[in-house]
Amino acid sequence: MTTVAGSPVTAFENNDQKPVGHGRMLRKEDPRFVRGRGRYVDDVQLPGMLHLAILRAPMAHARIVSVDTSLAEAHPKVKLVVTGAMLAEKGLAWMPTLSNDVQAVLATDKVRFQGQEVAFVVAEDRYAARDALELIDVEYEMLDPVVDVRTALDPSAPVIRDDLDGKTDNHCFDWETGDAEATEDVFAKADVVVSDDIVYPRVHPAPMETCGSVADFDAVDGKLTLWSTTQAPHAHRTLYAIVAGLPEHKIRVISPDIGGGFGNKVPIYPGYVCSVVGSLLTGKPVKWMEDRSENLTSTGFARDYVMRGEIAATRDGKILGIRTNVLADHGAFNGTAAPVKYPAGFFGVFTGSYDIEAAYCKMTAVYTNKAPGGVAYACSFRITEAVYLVERIVDCLAYELDMDPAELRLRNFIKPEQFPYTSKTGWVYDSGDYEPTMRLSMELAGYDELRREQEEKRARGELMGIGISFFTEAVGAGPRKDMDILGLGMADGCELRVHPTGKAVVRLSVQTQGQGHETTFAQIVSEETGIPPSDIDVVHGDTDQTPFGLGTYGSRSTPVSGAAAALVARKVRDKARLIASGMLEVPATDIEWTKGSFHVKGDPSASVTIQDIAMKAHGAGDLPEGIEGGLEAQICYNPENLTYPHGAYICVVDIDPGTARVTVRRFVAVDDCGTRINPMIIEGQVHGGLTDGVGMALMEMIAFDEDGNCLGGSLMDYLIPTALEVPDWETGFTVTPSPHHPIGAKGVGESATVGSPPAVVNAVVDALKPFGVRHADMPLTPSRVWEAMQGRPMPPI
Amino acid sequence: MQVTMVVNDEEVTREIEGRLLLVHFLRDHLALTGTHWGCDTSNCGTCVVWLDGEPVKSCTVLAAMAGGREVRTVEGLEQGGELDPVQKGFVECHGLQCGFCTPGMMMTARALLDRNTSPSEEEIREAISGQICRCTGYSTIVRSIQWAAAEEAGTRTTTADAPTADSGSAS
Repeated sequence: MTTVAGSPVTAFENNDQKPVGHGRMLRKEDPRFVRGRGRYVDDVQLPGMLHLAILRAPMAHARIVSVDTSLAEAHPKVKLVVTGAMLAEKGLAWMPTLSNDVQAVLATDKVRFQGQEVAFVVAEDRYAARDALELIDVEYEMLDPVVDVRTALDPSAPVIRDDLDGKTDNHCFDWETGDAEATEDVFAKADVVVSDDIVYPRVHPAPMETCGSVADFDAVDGKLTLWSTTQAPHAHRTLYAIVAGLPEHKIRVISPDIGGGFGNKVPIYPGYVCSVVGSLLTGKPVKWMEDRSENLTSTGFARDYVMRGEIAATRDGKILGIRTNVLADHGAFNGTAAPVKYPAGFFGVFTGSYDIEAAYCKMTAVYTNKAPGGVAYACSFRITEAVYLVERIVDCLAYELDMDPAELRLRNFIKPEQFPYTSKTGWVYDSGDYEPTMRLSMELAGYDELRREQEEKRARGELMGIGISFFTEAVGAGPRKDMDILGLGMADGCELRVHPTGKAVVRLSVQTQGQGHETTFAQIVSEETGIPPSDIDVVHGDTDQTPFGLGTYGSRSTPVSGAAAALVARKVRDKARLIASGMLEVPATDIEWTKGSFHVKGDPSASVTIQDIAMKAHGAGDLPEGIEGGLEAQICYNPENLTYPHGAYICVVDIDPGTARVTVRRFVAVDDCGTRINPMIIEGQVHGGLTDGVGMALMEMIAFDEDGNCLGGSLMDYLIPTALEVPDWETGFTVTPSPHHPIGAKGVGESATVGSPPAVVNAVVDALKPFGVRHADMPLTPSRVWEAMQGRPMPPI
Repeated sequence: MQVTMVVNDEEVTREIEGRLLLVHFLRDHLALTGTHWGCDTSNCGTCVVWLDGEPVKSCTVLAAMAGGREVRTVEGLEQGGELDPVQKGFVECHGLQCGFCTPGMMMTARALLDRNTSPSEEEIREAISGQICRCTGYSTIVRSIQWAAAEEAGTRTTTADAPTADSGSAS
């Protein structure tokens, strides 16, 4: 069943209603943040703490001839200088990536991208550490770089990964999905086949807080405490245990307040390992905090897919098949953070929201002399690329058929009665009802009126565009039968303890980076137990205090950990029922639950509250036979499927015909993330993602010159939207619960980042229709739009 | 060198290097970690504080340049145990998520409202356009500042209570 709610949420009406459970509720974490009392990694100050700075490669590809650290070591404030050769002696020069590749902690043989880590200095303060970097003399022998992904596999291309045994080319992996033959058949019979080259350029999540860590190794008890900017503290701890050989119980990873993540803080970076080595060798706490340029040039980028999209359809607009060939740039090391069996993440959902007959994808991934990474920036494991491909190529089809793009989508949606729907690439969509969502977005936008306005403006030579994107996501990784990261199953634990006075603490394995877990998870437990959210403390981000789990990324917190929180609360409630039956002196089957209390069936006055039960559970006197004292439970939740949120986005742009500058005038986003826990937080998640989408579509790109120099290494060159580049967002929602999630919720954290770029690009291309433009690649900067208007749109990479 | 300045109404004197940036002086020497550092190029604005009442990017000001002057940081917004309306507005209108840009945004917002008691949406967007937020998409920041303006003008139409440290469920 789908609930449709039309009006956008406003801040000033329907304000907070002191909910017990789900509903708009102000955030529990905000009082500390607005006082400047958040505690981020760089806020950690420990007695005797030293500071670490990293020397990075100034070029993209070169052999290291020699490294002379003598002058740096002579600096009066320097305590330690470490090179790759020194790490190699300890067996620590290389570390595994999350994709079973290896990455250099410090380069030993070659540098393979500009910004790669070459040596580090530990000094008394952060300025002295930076000073000493300039005293390290590295002699390089320049090598030709591999920059263009299209020529990376040429036989003449220099081999980047000669560290790998027998490696003679820059091939990373091949991957395919779908049915090539069946797809060929539907393409052969189609009335219309449309194809285009579609590039999703390299972009960067650029969270406001850069990456960093503070390592504190206590040599007496052998315990390492590591504060770090990580979205996955438990997974990191296990990997440190494997890499450094430290016993896992002697490692405590603390992920305190995190200043935005967006996937940038999923991988383990060399800097974290360097800080650990620095603390091990000096016996002092060591802080590493990268600067913005280091963040942009060396940490997890996103996208970088060069795609050929093809779509086959009948003349009247029935889509038959979708096919794509992808060239993926993975940089110098395959640092993709995705489930092991999914080297291309969840790109396989590129068939989108449409019921088609066949689909096929063939992908080739290559190494280049660029920073490693690939899965980041709220991409839901490459669904961003998949949604962009399908929503762009569907618009290309609409262009060729001269059909309204909304009408074309409505004609091809998977129907509600087809759910659960198995896509032609094998994904089982749990639930969805697409047409009401699409219709609501059109109603909120005033779609027909916008088209009339556009027609009038076109007649006057004005450039106005209306872009539609309809996405289906697959989030909440994931079922452990299919999904693991380096052998760690993607399940999440949760513990709930109710104290004698009826207050509670819930411990999560996921970690907030701004998503508001301290609020949302208190609400989930509150909904199930009736304990007010303000009485529930949420503990997260500390491996010594929370159960094991894989962390927060890929919109997985609510689908996986949220389910765990609901189920652990139900376990507590089940025990409370047995205790209540003793207190009410009736069989457990004769009592009923209304939120917060049990009462005897037919007699609401004979009741006990959850708080009464908590005291009884811990108090004197007998409990029913077989019931142990205390009121607590724990769980490890293994999701049976992903959840599949969807949404319909409409973007309206105006383009100045004289300067080719694009202005996003309006953006309407209707999201369906199933059951809504806190509408205020959901709205915030959507707003942030929409801004990402406008940024990627119009401004953001990590570009390189022909020598492999990064051209997006600062916020002066890598443009991020400010308040002036984005409109006031308009949102709406529908509700199609997930059938397998305990409370019917689906993930929403990345929906808007995934869904909005094609809406913006489709709007710009729509505005340029009078110029005969069917496709133009991101970022649609004024110069690129101008080129498109002159009939020569070039790919950005 | 020695520097003396007034920070959040208290005079402080410290021995510093001449090249020390104000942002690092505040964070590392005074432990006022509410002011953050986010870029190398004066683009992100997470380090905004007031220097003699004017918002400045403290990553681009030497601590020595603040000598003899008055600095105010996010820690100095709350007065007499009462949150500033701007702080309340950010809580009420979900004007923050990760909280990293928030101190700078609030310092700019407070300075704006001190000069313009009822700014338009365009004026608010212009005022915060030197600062970046990656989480909120800015609409809720605009609403937060409008909320504060209405609160101060006594024209706010809702009856929300001020949030307190333990208020998960403010009214």
